[in-house]
Amino acid sequence: MRRAALLALWSHWRRHPLQLATLLAGLALATALWSAVQAINAEARASYARAAAQIGAGGLDRLEAPGGPIPLARYVALRRAGWQLSPVLEGSWRLGERRLRVAGIEPLSHPPLPAFAALAEDATALPQMIAAGGLLLAAPDLAADLATALHEMPGRPQVRASDQVPPGLVLTDIGVAARLLGRPDQIDRMLILPDQPIGLAPLSALAPDLQRLPGRAGSDTARLTDSFHLNLTAFGLLSFAVGLFIVHGTVGLAFEQRRAMIRTLRALGLPMRLLTGLMLAEVMALALLGGLVGLGLGYLVAAALLPDVAATLRGLYGAPVAGGLTLRPAWIGSGLAMALAGTLAASLHALWRAARMPILAAPGLQAWAERAARASRLQALAGLGLIAAGLGALWLIEGLIGGFALLAGLMLGAALLLPPALAALLRLGRRRARGVVAEWLWADMRAQLPGIGLALMALLLALATNIGVGTMVKSFRQTFTGWLDQRLISELYVTATDDDQGAEIARWLAPRVQAVLPIRSVDFTPGGAAAGQTVTVYGVVDDRSYRDHWPLLQTAPRAWDRVMAGEAVFINEQLARRVGIGPGDSLTLAPNWQLPIAGVYSDYGNPTGQAIVAMPSLLAHASAVPNRRFGLRLPAAEVPVLAEALRQRFDLPASALIDNAALKAQSLAIFDKTFVVTGALNLLTLGVAGFAILTSLLTLWSLRLPQIAPVWALGLTRSQLARLEIGRSLLLAALTALLALPLGLLLAWALLAVINVQAFGWQLPMALFPLDWLRLFALALLAAGLAAALPARRLYRLPPSDLLKVFANAR
Amino acid sequence: MPAKLILGLCMAILFAAPLRAQGYAGLGSTAEAGFATPEHGRPLVFPRDHGPHPEFRIEWWYLTATLAGPDGTPYGIQWTLFRSALAPGEAEGWQSPQIWMGHAAATSARSHHFAERLGRGGIGQAGVRTGPFEAWIDDWRMAGDDGLRALRLTARGGDFAYDLHLNAEGPLVLQGDRGYSVKSADGQASYYYSQPSYRVTGTLALPSGPVAVTGQGWLDREWSSQPLAADQSGWDWFSLSFETGAKLMGFRLRGTRGDFTSGTWIAADGTATALTPGALRAEPLESSDAAGPEVPVRWRLQLPERDLDIEIAALNPAAWMGTRFAYWEGPVQIEGSHRGRGYLEMTGYDD
Amino acid sequence: MLLEIDDVTKTYAGASRPVLRGVSLTLAAGQTLALTGESGSGKSTLLHLAGALDRFDGGEIHLSGQPLSGLDDAGRAALRRSHVALVFQQFNLIPSLSVAQNLAFHARLAGRPDRDWIARLTERLGLAELTLRYPEQLSGGQQQRVAIGRALAARPALLLADEPTGNLDETASTAVMDLMLELVRESGTALFLVTHSQAIARRLDRHLHLAGGRVV
Repeated sequence: MRRAALLALWSHWRRHPLQLATLLAGLALATALWSAVQAINAEARASYARAAAQIGAGGLDRLEAPGGPIPLARYVALRRAGWQLSPVLEGSWRLGERRLRVAGIEPLSHPPLPAFAALAEDATALPQMIAAGGLLLAAPDLAADLATALHEMPGRPQVRASDQVPPGLVLTDIGVAARLLGRPDQIDRMLILPDQPIGLAPLSALAPDLQRLPGRAGSDTARLTDSFHLNLTAFGLLSFAVGLFIVHGTVGLAFEQRRAMIRTLRALGLPMRLLTGLMLAEVMALALLGGLVGLGLGYLVAAALLPDVAATLRGLYGAPVAGGLTLRPAWIGSGLAMALAGTLAASLHALWRAARMPILAAPGLQAWAERAARASRLQALAGLGLIAAGLGALWLIEGLIGGFALLAGLMLGAALLLPPALAALLRLGRRRARGVVAEWLWADMRAQLPGIGLALMALLLALATNIGVGTMVKSFRQTFTGWLDQRLISELYVTATDDDQGAEIARWLAPRVQAVLPIRSVDFTPGGAAAGQTVTVYGVVDDRSYRDHWPLLQTAPRAWDRVMAGEAVFINEQLARRVGIGPGDSLTLAPNWQLPIAGVYSDYGNPTGQAIVAMPSLLAHASAVPNRRFGLRLPAAEVPVLAEALRQRFDLPASALIDNAALKAQSLAIFDKTFVVTGALNLLTLGVAGFAILTSLLTLWSLRLPQIAPVWALGLTRSQLARLEIGRSLLLAALTALLALPLGLLLAWALLAVINVQAFGWQLPMALFPLDWLRLFALALLAAGLAAALPARRLYRLPPSDLLKVFANAR
Repeated sequence: MPAKLILGLCMAILFAAPLRAQGYAGLGSTAEAGFATPEHGRPLVFPRDHGPHPEFRIEWWYLTATLAGPDGTPYGIQWTLFRSALAPGEAEGWQSPQIWMGHAAATSARSHHFAERLGRGGIGQAGVRTGPFEAWIDDWRMAGDDGLRALRLTARGGDFAYDLHLNAEGPLVLQGDRGYSVKSADGQASYYYSQPSYRVTGTLALPSGPVAVTGQGWLDREWSSQPLAADQSGWDWFSLSFETGAKLMGFRLRGTRGDFTSGTWIAADGTATALTPGALRAEPLESSDAAGPEVPVRWRLQLPERDLDIEIAALNPAAWMGTRFAYWEGPVQIEGSHRGRGYLEMTGYDD
Repeated sequence: MLLEIDDVTKTYAGASRPVLRGVSLTLAAGQTLALTGESGSGKSTLLHLAGALDRFDGGEIHLSGQPLSGLDDAGRAALRRSHVALVFQQFNLIPSLSVAQNLAFHARLAGRPDRDWIARLTERLGLAELTLRYPEQLSGGQQQRVAIGRALAARPALLLADEPTGNLDETASTAVMDLMLELVRESGTALFLVTHSQAIARRLDRHLHLAGGRVV
């Protein structure tokens, strides 16, 4: 019995291969985008975890020399004074075309490292690392390259691959690093170990010239990048939802078409429970199949997107992420689970209806108009409720989660409101329509709404997201470009190798340029309201350039005068928003250093807090302020000559000099890379929405004939009807696009004013880009037109006898 | 003393992962690795041999002292500097293959404090030199004259410190056969000499406050490349000073082929007599797990040729050294045919 | 002659035997004709051909003097709009339009909307109370009355009806048929009715029987 029933159920799919393909494609697409995002997130998180474990010492305080490296002898002297420290030497190492970061640590004193722990089993590893030619640890891909490249090197170090080493990093013993970097008697910093003996002389007395920097509490990378990943996840979820619209539509149709069969099977004595069970099993099997295909697709999408994501995370947050993708059980599991759960959710309604269907009820003959009106009212109420809930969530839930809850409520609510809104528009259109065909067209579209509504919701979401995210990105870019123009005031930037050279360069430059603007900063951990934040405090010299150009968002009277007199401080927007302070408040940078805030400036460089004080003021309160970087003001035409002269005179590497234009280009390049993924996901989502329209039109096909046949019989040609079919799809898409515009702008506003503030700490002005809307509008019409083209062509080619069958066949 | 400790050192200390299986097999043949082997009959030369021997794999400067406070409260301290070579020889800077490890402890009947230091050779963070003599790691020092007659000893950890003056009251004692000390029936051996007769004065800083202390100290110097046989899993080591002025260094190496005991009897005038293997009998009487693994904390020692039949008991059974390579080391009280105080070390009980 | 069918043959694509093998008949304006025949005898097919709904293979059909064989899709659609009206067994109505809109649909499509005539038809068909309803909300008999009203509203020269009461019970069937014949006569419309009921066939001016693809 079970076998026979299964065969009967399966025969449906054999007879409707397109429907089956649609269902599987919908599932696969939904799973693909979701699991792609999950794969990317998993990969990034794994990279952070590796990095956090490797640089696990990040939580320790450290000692640095403000001007550059520290002589090795200083380390030995402090050790012999009893201080438990661990030296670190780091540098950039050129290997052929590649620039690598070499981190040399001292394995005896360094806190335990996972990469090293793996070596413990190997008795030859340590002698090799310390006493023999050296041992380099690197991520597997880099390790392979290293082994090849080092092949020729005499007394070459051995290379070991380790999954525990962050990408792009070569981890080794400090002695090996010193050899590779050619810095035998230097270290860059010392980690202050947690366990110290009693009775030590204070470091401030032993090494007043060294700067003690606080360790970072918790994982900064994770905190900073959380917002980015939440963003991606939201996108993945959206794509998944859009894909599920397809699944819901197809499964619903398949059940609708199998009503007669189900009724027959039940009449033949198949228990409903068994039948429901079989159908559930069938749906789950399809979900599994579609989910697996989706995972494969997702892997490809993720592999294609990951390099850009990795670049973004590196550029934006300095978070090390490998560009390679590994299969991880986490996202494979989550992808399959989502496919199954999503299919179940999308099929439950259809299953429930089939299970409750009486054996003998006649089909149809229900008052669809009344039913539709009632459903439409309910849906509108639910939509309004969701939007209200979203607004409530923003108010009730702190932080980014609240922001995303607002977005979710807004988007889903608006999607639910779409069919009622479209119905109203179509009613309006029909009242305005002249001509009987036009009237019929509007009425027919309204009648079609319940069937195609879900696909249109998907389109609405995709379009609104496109508009919203597009507006956000472009607004951001516009603001960012303007800000760069303002902020990068110097024509040339130079970085000296150490403080002494810095001072020398400054002296040498003084008579040659209009102004030398030192860029000097120290990290402070303020008290008071801003406690718990790390604030990078910059000292500035009094120069017109700052007063003329610095991008201030809010100012108090005489702001610059007061700051330059050392009586006030400027803070960046991030700090102002995070702590909730502004002009009129004051900032306690150190126990004995409290300054009123004279202004807030915009700062899109990174998400951390910053402040600006007068240079003398900074030097008075910080013992060790590096003096290696300078901005130079000079006529733009003289830049190349001066740069060359500087290079020659001080033997500076190419990277030590960067002109304004190059810096700007670099910054913008990083910016653009950041949003490559967003753009790609945007386009994919729109593609899925277009596909959803196609599938719903195709699945509606058999239901369309009874609507069209009478009109044809009354004297419309098939080509007219085919054109009307396309027109209908275009019109629905156009109306949806029109409704998507305000929603998209609302979304953009939420992104700029809520999400950005939560994620980065800055609010951006919103700019409008009508040309983009037009382009998107055209894209939506194109998608809808393409989606309708296939059914329209089928209609155009349909033999009249097929249309005539409608009048003879019972449903 | 703790030879196996050193064998594990080069790996275990670096990665904080004890190396049980490595044992001897992991080290391979000493000759292959290029390390020197102790030679029977080679005379020790001082002060040269107070300094390091980088061509040998392992070496230590090992000082223990039994002390008493003004009110007679017994204390003990340990100060040890180990040297372990990843490869024979010495080099400048980070390229030095020498690794140094310091252990310091202060023990009373109720408390046991210890600390550990690690350092690389070649950069000056740790080392030993003569002319004048100095052994150091970080701020821990044992320094004095080249005859090791008068030394100053300092160390500090997170909750204790000491600063002691040591004055030798007798001559150096060459262990075994003129400093050639056999460690197994197979002939494994080390160079080994001691200064067992320091008079100690100084200050002990404990969480409860500083204590002025006096007492007796015992310095062991030993170096080798392969001091244990393959089957030997641990040892029990005694350095005992009797009220008569006589002293006993004895050890029991526990092996699957049976125990190997040996030692040296040092008369009150400093005359040393090597014990024949097996002459000393050591029998555990009572065990304790007060600070971790179960170790014997009461022993019966018998040396019939000296009419010695004593019971020794740990001052503090919890004197466990929870360092990267863990062992038990602490002061003991002696009762029976002879009375006195000493130090006991036990390794290989934490497997 | 309003309708001249001359030696028409038709074979459906994929069928092994022709459904019509040289059928000829004529129908004058205002005349009513009943066509009976077994299931599958081709009577519906002949009706469809007469209504320019489908193409035939051989012979010729003239509708209002116009030969159908030369007409393209658009020409046949125009002919359907302006000269013929159709009533089928079921699914006559446009589901998305109300009764009133359905009633006026064909007339407006044909460019001959006549409010008074439609109002009279609505009254005569007993649909006055139902004009705002949608087809799904009507009974079978009501639906067929709307279909008849819509067909006649356009004042076609020829009304083609294919078993218009085939789905109705006997009472409803008689009532609908009575109304249709009455209105056809009143408006002077020619009627080509396909039915399997001899009783109904006898009420029309002429009665032909189709068997084996030929008129007998």
